[in-house]
Amino acid sequence: MNTTVLNTYQELVNAAKARLAEACPENTIRIQVGSATCENAAGALEVWQEFEKSIRTSGRKDILLHRTGCTGRCSREPIVGIFVPGKMPVKYQQVDRDMAHQIFMHHVLGGELMGEQVLDRPDTAPDYQVLVCDAQHCGCCINGSAVETFRQQLAAAELDAKKVQLIPTGCLGFCSMPRAEHTTSVHIRPDNIVYNVKSVEDVARIVKEHLVEGRVVESLVSNETSINQGFFNLYGDVVFFNRQKRIALRNAGVINPESLDEYIQYSGFKALNDVLGKGDPDWVVDQVTLSQLRGRGGGGFPTGLKWKLTRQNVKDECYIICNADEGDPGAFMDRSMLESDPFSVIEGMIIAGYAVGATRGFFYVRAEYPLAIKRIEHAIGVCRKNGLLGKNILGSDYSLDLEIRLGAGAFVCGEETALIHSIEGERGQPRIRPPFPAQSGLWGKPTCINNVETFANIPALFVFGADWFRKVGTEKSGGTKVFALAGKINHTGLVEVPMGATIREVVYNIGGGVAKGKSLKGVQTGGPAGGIIPVSLIDTPIDYDTLGKMGSIMGSGGMIVLDEDDCMVDVAKFFITFCQDESCGKCTPCREGTKRMLEILERITAGKGEAGDIEKLERLAMLVKNSSLCGLGKAAPNPVLSTIKHFRAEYEAHIHDKRCVSRKCKALIKYEVDADKCVGCTMCARNCPVDCISGTRKEPHLIDQGKCIKCGRCFEVCRFDAVNRL
Amino acid sequence: MSTTTTKIDNRAEVLDAARAALTPEIVAFIEECTADEHVHSHLIRVLHKVQGHYGYLSAEQMDAVAQLLQVPTSRVTGVATFYHFFRLEPRGKYMLSVCLGTACYVKGAERIADKLQEELGIHFGETTKDKLFSLEATRCLGTCGLAPVVMIEDKVYGGMEPDQVPALIGKYAKMAQEEKKA
Repeated sequence: MNTTVLNTYQELVNAAKARLAEACPENTIRIQVGSATCENAAGALEVWQEFEKSIRTSGRKDILLHRTGCTGRCSREPIVGIFVPGKMPVKYQQVDRDMAHQIFMHHVLGGELMGEQVLDRPDTAPDYQVLVCDAQHCGCCINGSAVETFRQQLAAAELDAKKVQLIPTGCLGFCSMPRAEHTTSVHIRPDNIVYNVKSVEDVARIVKEHLVEGRVVESLVSNETSINQGFFNLYGDVVFFNRQKRIALRNAGVINPESLDEYIQYSGFKALNDVLGKGDPDWVVDQVTLSQLRGRGGGGFPTGLKWKLTRQNVKDECYIICNADEGDPGAFMDRSMLESDPFSVIEGMIIAGYAVGATRGFFYVRAEYPLAIKRIEHAIGVCRKNGLLGKNILGSDYSLDLEIRLGAGAFVCGEETALIHSIEGERGQPRIRPPFPAQSGLWGKPTCINNVETFANIPALFVFGADWFRKVGTEKSGGTKVFALAGKINHTGLVEVPMGATIREVVYNIGGGVAKGKSLKGVQTGGPAGGIIPVSLIDTPIDYDTLGKMGSIMGSGGMIVLDEDDCMVDVAKFFITFCQDESCGKCTPCREGTKRMLEILERITAGKGEAGDIEKLERLAMLVKNSSLCGLGKAAPNPVLSTIKHFRAEYEAHIHDKRCVSRKCKALIKYEVDADKCVGCTMCARNCPVDCISGTRKEPHLIDQGKCIKCGRCFEVCRFDAVNRL
Repeated sequence: MSTTTTKIDNRAEVLDAARAALTPEIVAFIEECTADEHVHSHLIRVLHKVQGHYGYLSAEQMDAVAQLLQVPTSRVTGVATFYHFFRLEPRGKYMLSVCLGTACYVKGAERIADKLQEELGIHFGETTKDKLFSLEATRCLGTCGLAPVVMIEDKVYGGMEPDQVPALIGKYAKMAQEEKKA
């Protein structure tokens, strides 16, 4: 063991602890405001200013304003947390300036909960919440169900939901810890105590001593802190959060992304300390291989193998690159990680750099992410100042520095050889592989490129062990995956679940189901290169392999929920438009093939489809897939192929019956006034932009189909449901 | 017979002209970049800097960058035209970006886009005659929770409906008018 490294790290930890204790003494009330691009867009900056002003005018010294990144609960932002020592942590949703003022006056100063505005509007505000791990490894240990045992014991002690609320959750993250066999983890809020429970007697003791008498049952308290304890303590009461398993996002919404001290407080740089302290790069590569971590950028290439291959080729110089060119529309997890926990990505990069023998490192970030760039710049600066980057990191003999290079809005630059060209200052066009970047990459030297999420997983993998990481996932793929859940869903946001979770779990249990009570038609995964999974397959456990079999890909993890109103031909057209636009033009199949496919799809959606179009599309799609130069072209036909495979009838209806079942394709629908329902209010006629609706007051109106441009205005403004879309 | 001598090396003049075409700050940034052994790799960073100041890349500025970084002008132009982010024409006072990412698209971004083009009387990539508004389509702003969104300069407007478009444009037109008066 390298004792210099261990001592240097211990000094950092002690200094961080001392500074944090001084900045936030015990009994401080904390007001936490999210601050990421999405939070700010929703108005978090004004909320922050309002709290700043309120604290100043109140003259109180024991109230601290705390900035975090985002938790990934997009549709409820800005989110404000109020943490009063000894009280249940409370989160408010969609806070604006006025509400911030009210929260400060009533809750922070007056101690009065504003129930209506609390995140997800819980029915009760109990004294205690008992979070019981309901995951398969853990939850069934006591009499078949720990949750049920608790329910019975609580009822026996006459503690109802108003006093003690019982919340079954996903994995609390203790499975990896050295502890007695067959125990269940139980987290008690607001005391932030975790018990290991193994019998009915244990449950009875906790109920009696802790929940009734208010004494902690010391002998059952877990000695370990799990990866998610901090997160569950703040967010464990919300279903959206407590069914998740957060590894890459473990610190998002918990720590201040600009505070190294807070990152260190949550085991930050402990992994780097272990790695450099041990001083054996081969061991590092072995651990990552053992963990079965696969590249989170979409390809799913085993990370350990990639590192090993790079390491084998190093002669003098070698580079490490973080691919933060998150170009998939509908994917925003990388942005969120960079904005909410940049130190974790940097730590992952240093460990990777050490393992492969990198001499220089680069962040390749989209220029469209100004806040993410600012946060990484800041984090790199802080790391340099504290000896975590630069010469002799943590006093070891390893040196590495990181630089930021900006993208400039080219989707194809997510492909590794194109990305390398872009860093070299060229047009971002891919080249033929081999040689692979691991052999000859940036400036002809061995180069290891990994995605943001892959790096964010690395520190946790070393702190909690490769074996633990592997067990979280499926047989062939360790760990979790972050999905950006969006589209027609009730709870838009970032969802991190173990590999092997089902789409049903993500969409219904976490995402709260389809918006506006509509029915689910399918889920689009993997961005423009992915495919659509029909509702009939949503119970399939998802990992890289199963998604591939269903005609889609994991991709970077975009997950767009589509409902009955979405036309699958139109969606396929949307993605082909994207790929055609983003094709770099270097190889013919992609450049010309996507264009021709788009033309056919445009024809079909315009009601001019011909017999044989589907077969033509399939042939073209296979040609583009098989003969394109890079991943963009190879995957571009996926949306077309998967929609034809699962929704062929919709294509046929468009072509043969000239009908769009979802009533989305303009050319295939018409608007008609129902004479029985029309009261002649003239609303539609007055709103028609082309004056094609005729009729006198109090008489049924009529639409001139020849002149109608199908804008749908009449349909929207009619208050009597008298305009039909057919 | 004429006795004028032809000056063969005009490098100093060319470099002076190049420096004059850019701001001293950008020139200093370029000189900093030339210290790196891989000078050419800084081209995109430099172009970001130039566009950040002028709002677009003119032929004169691209020439200047080529001279100072010692890369062919053809390569500078090649890079500037390859990446969507770089603009070769001046932009209007307000940049209007409609997100056409997947989440926005399925929530009706196309209708917002149509309405904006109709109200402003321009297509994507164009600027209004009064130089007030430029309109562009962007790929995912990463604020899918607010879909569909429109971004004006760096302010994001979420949950947009076509009906709200005229008022939104009006608000900015009025702002510009008041600025002018002041």
